[in-house]
This record gives sequence, C-alpha cells and structure tokens, in this order.
Amino acid sequence: MANQYDLIVLGSGPGGYVAAIRAAQLGLKVGIVERELLGGICLNWGCIPTKALLRSAEVFNQMKHAASYGLAADNIRADIDAVVKRSRGVAKQLNQGVTHLMRKNKITVHMGNGVLKGGGQIEVTGEKGTETLSAKHVIVATGARARDLPFAKADGDRIWTYRHAMVPPAMPTKLLVIGSGAIGIEFASFYNDMGADVTVVEMMDRIVPVEDADVSAFLEKSLTKQGIKILTGAGVESITTSASGVKAKIKSKDGAAAEHDFSHVIVAVGIVPNTENIGLEALGVATERGIIAIDGYGRTNVPGVWAIGDVTPGPWLAHKASHEGVIAAEAIAQALGNTEVHPHPMDRLNIPGCTYCHPQVASVGLTEAKAKEAGHEVKVGTFPFIGNGKAIALGEAEGFIKTVFDAQTGELLGAHMIGAEVTELIQGYVVGKTLETTEAELMHTVFAHPTLSEMMHESVLAAYGRAIHI
Amino acid sequence: MPIQIKMPALSPTMEEGTLAKWLVKVGDKVSSGDIMAEIETDKATMEFEAVDEGTVVAIEVAEGTEGVKVGTVIATIAGEDEGDAAPAAAPVAAPAPAPVAAAPAPAPAPVAAPAPVAAAPAGDRVVASPLAKRIAGEKGIDLTQVKGSGPHGRIIKADLDVTAPAAAPVAAAAPAPAAAPVAPPAPVAAAAPFSTDIPHEAVKLSTMRKTIARRLTEAKATVPHYYLTVDISLDKLLKLRAELNSALAGEGVKLSVNDLLIKALGKALMLAPDANVSFAGDNLIRYSRADIAVAVSIPGGLITPIVTGADVKSVSAIQKDMADLAARAKAGKLAPHEYQGGTASLSNLGMFGIKQFEAVINPPQGMIMAVGAGEKRPYVIDDALGIATVMSATGSFDHRAIDGAEGAQLMQAFKTLVEAPLALVA
Repeated sequence: MANQYDLIVLGSGPGGYVAAIRAAQLGLKVGIVERELLGGICLNWGCIPTKALLRSAEVFNQMKHAASYGLAADNIRADIDAVVKRSRGVAKQLNQGVTHLMRKNKITVHMGNGVLKGGGQIEVTGEKGTETLSAKHVIVATGARARDLPFAKADGDRIWTYRHAMVPPAMPTKLLVIGSGAIGIEFASFYNDMGADVTVVEMMDRIVPVEDADVSAFLEKSLTKQGIKILTGAGVESITTSASGVKAKIKSKDGAAAEHDFSHVIVAVGIVPNTENIGLEALGVATERGIIAIDGYGRTNVPGVWAIGDVTPGPWLAHKASHEGVIAAEAIAQALGNTEVHPHPMDRLNIPGCTYCHPQVASVGLTEAKAKEAGHEVKVGTFPFIGNGKAIALGEAEGFIKTVFDAQTGELLGAHMIGAEVTELIQGYVVGKTLETTEAELMHTVFAHPTLSEMMHESVLAAYGRAIHI
Repeated sequence: MPIQIKMPALSPTMEEGTLAKWLVKVGDKVSSGDIMAEIETDKATMEFEAVDEGTVVAIEVAEGTEGVKVGTVIATIAGEDEGDAAPAAAPVAAPAPAPVAAAPAPAPAPVAAPAPVAAAPAGDRVVASPLAKRIAGEKGIDLTQVKGSGPHGRIIKADLDVTAPAAAPVAAAAPAPAAAPVAPPAPVAAAAPFSTDIPHEAVKLSTMRKTIARRLTEAKATVPHYYLTVDISLDKLLKLRAELNSALAGEGVKLSVNDLLIKALGKALMLAPDANVSFAGDNLIRYSRADIAVAVSIPGGLITPIVTGADVKSVSAIQKDMADLAARAKAGKLAPHEYQGGTASLSNLGMFGIKQFEAVINPPQGMIMAVGAGEKRPYVIDDALGIATVMSATGSFDHRAIDGAEGAQLMQAFKTLVEAPLALVA
C-alpha cells in the first residue's frame, strides 16, 4: 500500500532526516513529514546559516586587523545585505542536499502538518489537502522554537528571535541581546563585529552559564574588550517599542532599575519544544512541561511512538538530535526483527557543545565544579594559547584548554576550551571519552607539530604537572 | 571486610530517591540477588538487590527517608569471610575453580549471558577500555570474569559498576543456596550461560521484568493452582452498560465492561467470602473488603493497580479510579500502596480475542479471575437454542486456602451478578 510505512518520521530537521536515512539503510520503508523546509531549523534557520554569517564577521574582523599581518586594506566596510544573502545561499544549497538525500535513500517526503491519530495513523494536512499515512513506528522529531518573553513578543521589526536576527530588516545600531547562551552570544558577537553597539543581559551570574566558570570569565573579559557591554545577574523588566526603537527597563545586579534605549532587541532566552497539536495528548504520550520523556533509545511511554532531538530533554543541539535519530532508527529496526544492529543508549555526558563567537568556545563532559559536585576528586590541567607556536603564528594567542580528570581512575571527565578553532579541536577529546581513555593514552598519543591540537596534549600533561611549554 | 552499600542510581537520570522500605535488618545474611530494599524514585518504586554477600551490620539510612542522594552509604554489610560463612551456602555459591564432575564443561564466565565474544579462555587478550582496565586493576576485578557490553564485547566502565568490587569474584547469579546442597546441576543450570547458534541478541532484564519473573515463578512453584471455568451471558450487562452510559453521558463518564466486571468480582467475593482469603502460613486471612488488583500492561511489563473496596464502590467511581490508575501506571507514577496488596485479581485479555485462559495467582492473593472475549455463541435460552453474547471466565484458586466448592461458589456468584447485573448498581 502506498501510504503504509515501517517508520514515519515527523519533522525533517537534523534529528528527523538522519533517523529516516539510517532506517532506510536498514531496509525499512520510511516516510518523512515536514511542514516547512527539509532540513529543519538547523540548516535553514539555525546552525548553518549563522555559521555563514559568523564567517563573514570573522573575515571582516581579520580585514580590520590586516595591518597586524603586514597587509594593507583600506575602505573596508560590511554590506549586511550581501552578508545575509550569502548566508541564505548556503542554507538553500544544504536544503537541496537533504532533498537529494531523501530521494537517494528512497524516503517519501510528505509536505504538510502531521498529527498522530493513534493506531499508527498519521494525518498529514498540506497544500494539496489531507492524507492519512500509517506506520508501525513513529518518531516525533518536531524540534523546538524560540521562547518568547511574556512582555516582549517578538515582532520581527524591533524585537527579534534568532530567526529575525538572521535576516535583519535593517542593521541594528544599538542592540540588546537578552540571554547569553550559545545563540545569544553568537549574535552578540556577530553584530558587534559588524559594527553595532551591543549589550548582553544575563540573569545568571555569568555568561554562557552551562560552560566551565573559567571559560565564562575568560569570554566575558574578551567580549568586553571587544566593546560588548555585559550585564550579568541582571534582568530585563519591560520593553516598550516606538517608531524609533525600544526602551528596555533593566534591573542590574545591585537591584537598581534603569531605562535604556536600543534600536533592536534579540530575545534568546531558551526554547520551547514543538509538542502541541501533533496528537501526543490524545495518545497519552508522557510529557513534562512539553518535553517528551524517553529512555536511552528514544522510546516514549506509548509503544510505537519514539521521540528524538529538541522535543526531548536537552542539551538542545543538532548533533545530539542526529545521534538520537540513529539510535532510535536502529532500535526500531531491532524491534522489527533485525538482529544485526546493536544500538547503544545515549551517553548524555559525552555530547560536545560549541559556541561560534569570537573567541570560540567548545566543551564536553563535566565542568570542574560539576565534577566536584558529583563527588570526584579531580586533577585539572590548563594550557594557554600563548604557549602554542601555531596559535602565535596565526595571530590568535587568546584562549586556553582545560581538562578535568578523576584523580583516582584517570578518567577524562571533561574538557573546556576557548580560543581560535576550538570547535574543531574538541572532537579529539570526545573520541577519547567514547573510548574511555585515561590520561595515560592521551599522554602516549603523538600530536602533530605545529598545530593548535598540541595544546590538547599539553593540557593533559599539565593536569599531571608535566606540561612542557609552560 | 565491611562493604558499604550505596544508594544506587536506578535510572540514568536518577539523582536521589526515597528509601521506601528495608526488607533486611541488621544481622540478616544477604547473598547476591536478594532484595534488600525498595527504593522510590520519581518514576517508580524499584527493588534494590544485593550484589555482595555477607551479613548486614548496619542500616545507615532509615526507612522512609526522602531525598537520599545517589552514592550515599545506606547500609554496611560484613563480607562472608568473617567467621561463620554459612557452610550450607558453600557448595553452590563458591566459584569453585575445580568444577564438580557434573558441571557442564569448564565454560566461560559464570555471569556471562550468550556473549558473542567476552570472556575468552584465560591467556587470550581481554578486550577492555583503558579506563575499565585501570579500575579493574585497582579494585582487583578479574576481567576474564566480566561480560563486556561495548562494541564486539569490549569491557567498559559500566560493566564493572554492575559487577562491583566484591571480595570474591562474582558468585552472582547462583540463586537460592538453601535448595538441596548436593543438588544435581538442575538449579544451577537455570543460571548457567545460555548458548545458541541462532542469530540473537541478549537483552538485559529490567528490574520490573526480574520481579515479574521471580514472583510468577514463585507463585506457580509454591501455590497449588486449580482452575474453574464458567460461561457467562453478557447480553444484559452490555445492555445495562449502554443505558448507564447514555444516562451518564452528561457527566462525561463512560463505563467499560471491565469496570462492571471489577464491581461484579468485588461483590461476588463478598457473597462467597470463603474465596476472599489469603493463605498465610499458620493462619488463613479472611478479608472483609474486596480490593481488586487489575492487570494493566505497560511498556516493558505489567503492573496491577488496585481498586480498593470494589464491593462497595459505585461503578462510576470504579471507572474513575481505573482511568486514573491506568494512566499513572503507564507513566510509571504509581505509589507502592497503589499496586501492592489487593485481595484478588482480574485479568482481561478479551480485547485480544482470547476465548479463555488460566492466569497465574498473584500471592498472597487467593485467586485471580481470567476473563476472555465476549462473543456471539450458540446458547441455550429457555430450553431453546439461541444466540447470546457469551464470555468464558476462569478462576485460578490457591487450593491451600480455598477448596473446590468454595471456589465454585465464587464463580457462581460472579456469573449470577454478571447475568443479572442490576445488582451491580443497586
């Protein structure tokens, strides 16, 4: 039957489309339902287009510092429209890439809004009307959207979410960013590089609060030096818009509230899972504050209904969603009788996180504080960029790499990095953690010279008092 | 050598739990696999099994303590090497390097399940992560005795946490040392490595699955079951249900056949009180209330939430109870008192078209009613062959507590109530 599937994936973001491909590889008949754009937020409105924007900012930044490399560049200026156009082009290219991957893997794409109807039925309402699909298993991968502030609904004009900030109607002159997680900090960094006067307000006592405290402190100092105003322990109490801009009442750490004028506001205070109106309530799928409860393989409490990615407990990252997609697809294949696959449950302590501000931030595992909280006696090593030849040659001598080990077992508990290209470096430690490395294997590993990765070696050596170049 | 027993993480996300109940006391001997305590997490109540053997010397955290952090020491046991190490336990439990003649070949690791690779014979390279090797070295764990759960049977840290740093290497699986010391390999065989060439996968048992296995084995092995079946005409009950539902539609109440059957069983137990009993060693417990445990299937197993006072509750109250209990059972949110106890059980497989079956008694209850599908069957009505909607119901009874005639009286009362159902709403 045409609309009869082994698996239907609801949502084609980095969780959904990867799950669909893995399931198709395992011989399942797979359909995917998407209401908007193949590839989801990640490659249309998230990870990828922001990286395109940030790359422009980075090049612009380097041009501004051309003289320090012995080069001359005059009259450099940024054309925000052209920068945005490039970013959209990148997103479009990848969107077509996903379309191709679906075709290649013989995955049927149903464009429209999908609603679970129970008994393996999914009703999809699209432009061409409503059709009913049926499947033995369903993966819910509908993702999340930006959380609104109750007093500052994003309007796309003066008050933006990440989505508006990616295609700005005008270049902000004086920008307020509310929230200093990865999204807030990346946009703060981008618009600062592009020439806006940027203020970041964070409720917690430090920016990028999920990162190691040393990284937060270093980043705050670095961003402040670049001209970004950072208010931690502060909250925005109200926002009023006018034709010329917005007025924000900000209560600072000491409790004093004052009004400030801005041209635009970006609200980046977290996300809300898209779990409404897709039939979960009627099926009795257990959720907590909208987040779907799952086991290590993505099973919900309702047999045949699975969930992955941003609709499930965090971290809310594309690569976590993709990995969960693979696990769920394999577990489903297994449930359908495939004895060749051996899915492994998600290890949530081994998911890297990357923030592409300038300098970049990357981390995996436990922070020093969290490790101690968990009862570990720790050994901590830190190595600065200034001690690395390649970093100096690149003109990027700002940053450090910190590693946290269990003093007794030598288990690598966490790694925390800030500086140039660290988002590319972190994977070395993630592989190490997956293989359950101890400090000994990392010390025995030969690191190529000259590379930034040598700092990863030195950081491990430093934890045991053996660093060479410091 | 004292061994500290720590609050276990019973789920990947568990950070703390309530020590609901101790099932051992100071001075008790425990061996691997014994249930030591019940621990309540936000999701469910789970049984906590001993991994080590020895004698409980201290209970560090009192029963009922809430918010006990994972890793907190909750009890201390003294290792078996202290003095009177139970001679009876030795023959079965000891990992005996020289196997008795009867034992089935030198065999790999005692704990190992089918394990594709794992525990190779001594001398071969042990495939283990660097971290696992180091922890094993420090804690004196013999890695050849550990089953690896990593890729290709590689031993990882998590495998060691399960095996735990016992003084003696993993005597684990061997159950019930009490059972005949010289016994033939039979009891051991059950725990022996399972081996097959058929493509397969070994799935680790959840605590719930282990509990189901243990309790039902116990029930079938120790409770002398007998079975009584009756055919019951459902037509009047179905008609009554339709009428009640149309009358109650305004209140949003929708009664199921099962709700009415719960009521019928509750009431029948009061009409035939000899069947509303529990066998309790030297005593027979006669209940003066009927609490019906209803089997509900949930992901990974089943649970039996209890409708208390089903004999006196109105059918709509039973319906509300059941809707709430079933929903919370599926979400794993039942409190222990909501699924433990009960005076009898009801299991209904009618929705799967099962005509008739015999269920396993859930001790200490004395009986369980197994209900099949209501279906149109030829039926003799007033000495003429007609068609009626009929279901078969089979009671399983504990013969130690309920004799045949007493069981039959219950079946008769149940049949009468279902066939003349107005009494259910009286």
